[in-house]
Amino acid sequence: MLTKSGYSLAATDLSCIRDDRVLFEALAFELVSGQVLLLEGKNGSGKTSLLRILCGFREADSGDLHWCGDAINDSAFFAQMAYVGHLDGVKKELTVVENLKISLALSSPGQYSIAQALNKVHLSGYDEVLVQALSAGQKRRLSLARLLITENVLWILDEPFTSLDKQGIALIETLMSEHCASGGMIVLTSHHDIDLVDVDVLRINLS
Amino acid sequence: MSLSRAFFAIIRRDLVLALRRRSEIANPLLFFILVITLFPLGIGAEPRLLQAIAPGIIWVSALLAAMLSLDSLFRSDFDDGSLEQILLSPQPTSVLVLGKIIAHWLVTGLPLLVVAPLLAIFLGMPNHALGILLLTLLLGTPVLSLIGAIGVALTVGLRRGGMILSLLVLPLYVPVLIFAGNAVQMASSGLPVDAQINILISILLMALVLAPLPVAAALKMSMN
Repeated sequence: MLTKSGYSLAATDLSCIRDDRVLFEALAFELVSGQVLLLEGKNGSGKTSLLRILCGFREADSGDLHWCGDAINDSAFFAQMAYVGHLDGVKKELTVVENLKISLALSSPGQYSIAQALNKVHLSGYDEVLVQALSAGQKRRLSLARLLITENVLWILDEPFTSLDKQGIALIETLMSEHCASGGMIVLTSHHDIDLVDVDVLRINLS
Repeated sequence: MSLSRAFFAIIRRDLVLALRRRSEIANPLLFFILVITLFPLGIGAEPRLLQAIAPGIIWVSALLAAMLSLDSLFRSDFDDGSLEQILLSPQPTSVLVLGKIIAHWLVTGLPLLVVAPLLAIFLGMPNHALGILLLTLLLGTPVLSLIGAIGVALTVGLRRGGMILSLLVLPLYVPVLIFAGNAVQMASSGLPVDAQINILISILLMALVLAPLPVAAALKMSMN
């Protein structure tokens, strides 16, 4: 079952300063295949900033990030990560399947086909529905379906449970456990306490 | 292969989006037609004057129409997070944004070419200059989209970037306006215009190669 083992994400002495305010400094962690990193902390403590630094949208004010031992500024890293942020990143004028096809074209095909992924996030039957007709929770599940159809090792999730109901949350937790069991790794922020079976969860409190 | 697949997927996506939104196509085109039809009304019964300034009118209107449509290039992708996903793609961002720019030109620039001959006749431009007018628009409007994309990429993160955008982009549009307007003017008088056309071709090729790189870099910066 272990298909994606041997990956690691390491941060050393990371710091982020925003508007003269130090959000975090001297932050270090190492994450290996099969682990989950849960970032905790109150609002404005720099959780999202840290995730955006991991995605390369922001530069860390100091410190280094390493992916499998190499600095992460190349496409090898981007080919192996997937990000779901505050914004769903889906076009509301396109149908569910059209949106997923775009994501697939931008990346390389992963474990599941589009139909299988929609089935997994309980959206089968919505294939040809325009995204603007979906509810907030359904949109969220659609953006999480992107993680399943593309080839990736590292999931970066910013508050993935927002606007999901209880079943939705349980569903995503199952998907996360499966991803870790197959050797993937996850960095996420969440207000909701996550409940993952048989998964090694590291916690960092930023506040 | 997957790079060309991503490139064409982006173009296709933007064309489908434009088709479903429609106003994106209609707005610049309507603006272009309206401005040009207002000139004869404002100037009055002076066909000679109108004929003399027709190349300028058409080109300035095309330029303003192109600028009006620029904001739609990255705005909705920025607002709904699709831009983040495009930037995170392992494919080179500059190629993907080139796809977006091409789609944007097909939607906002190409329709101008279709109505321009009609409007030129309306302004009394001689028939033998119509070909050159179309050629300058064909070579010039893609440059407007390419250069404009740099400005939009820089200002998309600002809430009210409209004014800054025009200040940034207009000076860079001037060379296109000068050579294209001049070519049409000369063609109306029956003079050769090879030099102007060659310069427009070189500007287009240069913009095609050089513009996507700063656009990609500026988008990454705007994401911050």
